[in-house]
Formats: sequence, C-alpha cells, structure tokens
Amino acid sequence: MDSSASERSHTESAMIETNGLRYSYKTRRGPVEAVAGVNLRVAAGDLFGFLGPNGAGKTTTLRMLATLLPPDDGEATVAGCNLRREPQQVRERIGYVGQRGGTDPAITGRNELMFQARLYGAPAETARKRAAELLTVLDLEVCADRPTGSYSGGQRRRLDIGLGLVHRPRLLFLDEPTTGLDPQSRAYLWDEVRRLRDGGTTIFLTTHYLEEADALCNRLAIIDHGKIVAEGTPDELKRQIAGDVVTLGVAGDQQAVLALLAQQPFVRNSGTEQGLLRLYVDRGETAMPAILRLLDGAGLELQTVTLTRPSLDNVFLRQTGRSLRETAA
Amino acid sequence: MKTLRDTWIVFLRYLGLFVHNPAWIVIGVVQPLLYLLLFAPLLKSIAAAPGFPPGGAYNVFVPGLLIQLGMFGAVSVGFSLIAELRLGVIERLRVTPVSRLSLLLGRALRDILNLLIQSLLLILVSLPFGLNIHPVGLLVMLALLALIALLFASLSYAVALWLRSEDAFAPLVFTAALPLLLLSGVLLPLTLAPAWLRAIAAINPLAYAVDATRAIFNNHLGSVSVAKGVLIVAVLAFLALAVAARSFGRAAA
Ligand SMILES: Nc1ncnc2c1ncn2[C@@H]1O[C@H](COP(=O)(O)OP(=O)(O)OP(=O)(O)O)[C@@H](O)[C@H]1O
Ligand SMILES: [Mg+2]
Repeated sequence: MDSSASERSHTESAMIETNGLRYSYKTRRGPVEAVAGVNLRVAAGDLFGFLGPNGAGKTTTLRMLATLLPPDDGEATVAGCNLRREPQQVRERIGYVGQRGGTDPAITGRNELMFQARLYGAPAETARKRAAELLTVLDLEVCADRPTGSYSGGQRRRLDIGLGLVHRPRLLFLDEPTTGLDPQSRAYLWDEVRRLRDGGTTIFLTTHYLEEADALCNRLAIIDHGKIVAEGTPDELKRQIAGDVVTLGVAGDQQAVLALLAQQPFVRNSGTEQGLLRLYVDRGETAMPAILRLLDGAGLELQTVTLTRPSLDNVFLRQTGRSLRETAA
Repeated sequence: MKTLRDTWIVFLRYLGLFVHNPAWIVIGVVQPLLYLLLFAPLLKSIAAAPGFPPGGAYNVFVPGLLIQLGMFGAVSVGFSLIAELRLGVIERLRVTPVSRLSLLLGRALRDILNLLIQSLLLILVSLPFGLNIHPVGLLVMLALLALIALLFASLSYAVALWLRSEDAFAPLVFTAALPLLLLSGVLLPLTLAPAWLRAIAAINPLAYAVDATRAIFNNHLGSVSVAKGVLIVAVLAFLALAVAARSFGRAAA
C-alpha cells in the first residue's frame, strides 16, 4: 500500500534485526516451545505488523525484544544495541506496551505518567510537564486525576500507550493495542499510531485484526507455531495468493465434491474449513460456471457459493491453516 | 547514585499507595494495640511462674511482640506483589531502565517504615504500663527491627516472584514462618523450654534476634547477644536482598 515506506525498509538501517531467536518456557511438565527460530528485519520508520493466531509466539517474541525474557538461542539488535550485551541501552531506547497494560488501579493516570517519566530519568518538573502534555495529546484530561481503576477500556489503553511514550522512544512495541476496544476507540488509536509513525517513531505491533494490519502497516510478518511463515508488504502477501477464492457450502458428501474439484486444472489449491470448501482459482468468473456444471453432472448438491478477491485473511488462512477471525481473542 | 535515586522514586510510589489507603493505616494502628490489649492482661499472672526471666513483665514480653509484629507484617508483603504481577505492573517497570535493586529496595523501605511506625506506637503505648527502655536502646531496637523487616520482606518478595499465586504463597509462607517464630522464644521465653527444644532454637536466626531484643530491653546494650543478634540478622538481610533483587531482574514468564 505505502510503497515509499516499503522501499525505505530495504535501503535504510534496521531498527530490529533478529537471527534465530528461540524461547521455550520451562514449566513443571517440561518445556513449551514458544518461539522456534525467528528471523526478522524491521527498518527505521516502519510500521510493522506481527500477525499470528493465539499462542503463535507473538508476545513471547516481543518480550524477548524488550529485554523481558533472555532468548535461549539466537541474536538480536534492537534500536542499534545488542540485546544480550546491552539490555540497559535497549531499555532506554524502546517503549513497550504489554498485552495486559500495566497500570495500578489505585493510582491516577497523571501519577502513573509522572512516575514512568521519572523512571526514565526525568527530573520532577520535567516529568510533570511531560505527563500534562501526554494527557492532552491522548485526550485523557477528563480522567487524569482519577484512579485508573475507574477508566473505560479505551481510556486505559490510551494511558498504557502514553506510558510507553513518556521518554519519546525511537522504537515502540505495542502488543495488541486495540484488542477488546469498540470501533470508535480503535479508530482513535489508529490515528494516534499513524501520527507517531509520521513523527518518525518505528512501531512494531501485534494484532489479531487483519483489517488493522492492512490499514496501518507497511510491512507484515505472520508467525505460527513460533516460526515466521510469511513476510512482506500487505500487497506482496496478497499477490502470493493470486487469483480468487471460491467458497462452497455442500449439502451432502463433502469429500466427494473435494475429490472431484481438486483435480480440475483451473483449481490451484483447495481445502476445507468448518464445513466449507475453499478453492483457490485463477479466474473466479470462469471457474464458477464450470464448478456448477461439474457438480450438477455428478449429481452433487450445492447450498451456497461465494466468490472473494484475495484478502490478508486468505493469506493468513493459507499460511496458518486457520482463519484469523476464529482465533481472535 | 542512580540506584539511590531510583530507590527513592520507587519508595515514593509505594508510600503513596499506602498513605492513600485508609484501611492500611487503620490496620497499622489497630494491630499493635490489639497485641497489647489482648496479651498484656495475661502477663501479670505468668510473670510469677518459676524460671520466668528477670525484668518487668512488659520488658519481657514487648520485645517478643515487636518481633512477631515485624515478622508477620513483613512476610505478608508478597501478596501485593503477586497482584501487581498479574496486572502487568511489574513487567511494565522491568522494561524501563530502572535499577532492579531499586525495584525491591524501594518497596522494602516502605515496608520498613510501616513496621517502625507500628513498633514505635507499641512501645509508646507500653511506657505508661511500666515498660522502660533507654533512648539509645530504642534506636538500636529500631535498627534491629528494620533489619528484620528487610530480611523477611525480601524473602517474601522473592517467594512471591517465584510462586506467582496467592493460593500457593499463603500456605507456604505462613507454614515456614510459624516454626521460626515458635522456636525463637517470642511467645514464651526459651528459658522455660526443655533442652531439646533449646537445641533446635540454637540454629534459628530469629532466636538470636529475640535474645538481642531482650538484652536491649534489660538495658544490657553492651552485651554480646546484642551484637550477635544484629550481626546475624544484618548478614541474612543482605543475602535475602541480593536474592530478591536477582529475582526482580529475571522474573521470567
Ligand atoms: N508463562 C508461560 N508459561 C508457559 N507457557 C507459556 C507461557 N506464556 C506463554 N506460553 C506458551 O507459549 C506459546 C506462545 O505464547 P504467546 O503468549 O507468545 O502467544 P501469542 O502469539 O502472544 O498469543 P495471543 O495471540 O493469544 O496473545 C503458547 O503456546 C503459550 O501457551
Ligand atoms: Mg500475545
């Protein structure tokens, strides 16, 4: 979509570069492999989207990059610093907004922001000013002096993001910034994220929403079972799918229909999902009549037919075998 | 320098949380008073028992109450940390460049301050009942209590970071604290105990703290047991501090 941004990402210096990052959680019932060798490159200025179904390893990857978890294996450079050798420098340069947020319900938003600014080294007066500034920018003045326990979901999420921004980091990690928000709050956060990007902040965000990734991000990576399964601009990823998708609802023997259609030359790929057959075809408008003729001839009954142009959802489904909508928390 | 500054900032946050919660203040005041009100009436009669150590009844029991107050107050501080772990507060703090030691020390200083105020209250209220303590003794006593609070608060935070669940934390901590307390001579002086019990108590660090406390309240400030008690608790407190600060640094999962 944003072609200038995607070109930039290949020429300019990397903000994040990882090589073979791995992490297994050590549990009482043995290790759980969460990230199984992740290679990523995020350029300065990117708005990078990290997609994947539940449990794919998104949060674990982020937590490693934010110095919260020491990688079992692999190397990474984050904001120009070596993750293993210079964690303190990495911390000074990045902002991180966790999936759960991280505010105390008994403390006011203003005090949380001031405390956070002081942790990053600001003197009291500077911290006060910065807090006031962020409260204005994030439209939180109405609730600034109330304990955060009384905030609405959207207000709390905006405060979380403000906490990640107090020290004006050049790289910001956002773990599912909009999950659980109403459409209005989400639109507001999208604008905020774009403003940050325009201001030169590199943003690495995870999301369950493909339309979010499509609308916001100039580069995407899809992770599944701890491995990157696809990477590129939204357009590149959609082009990988090429062609159209025909979805069929079958009344009777699904396997018979699948067997019949899968061997047709115009069908590139096929699969079933939740009682629906999905065919990837070169040209949907000519494939549809052919499909109908074939099924008629074989005496197989059809309930529904839909034709869709490729979307990121299809990419996701192809890469992970799951539809992102079902996995969304 | 940075550690000092960070510690101060973290201390202020947790002090603020405490001060803004009236429930904590009420509990903080009522607890020591309850100890006195419900325990003191028993003292008079028991002070006449054979083998009862010298000194007035209050001078024998208040030291024990102080240590008990300190220990139980300090071992339970981990509860609040578990709540913060769940909220993601600790993760948020760990992403900042704040010193890991400060994350622990700032909280522990708040806990120490809280305990010292409670202890002073208990001592002040006991004075009219015949407790007497030398001003220097009082200072040494408060220093010892601060070290005890640091020791048990650090341990409590380390265990909380390790277990991460109130359900596991409560039984473990209180089960561990009880024998320490019983075998310290806090509740009844160990001079009344049979030899085998005294032998076990000899390896209980808290018993040395109680000995030191009693010596302080008997105006034997120069006695070996004061130095021994303070030294043992100090060494253990700094070990516990190191362990807990390390846990804050790692705190995986
Ligand atoms: N503390 C933990 N202990 C053990 N296993 C864990 C822990 N945290 C995560 N896991 C496991 O690691 C894997 C990756 O989890 P992770 O949180 O990184 O996924 P995610 O992509 O962020 O998922 P979601 O979209 O649901 O947030 C999952 O299988 C998860 O169950
Ligand atoms: Mg996650």
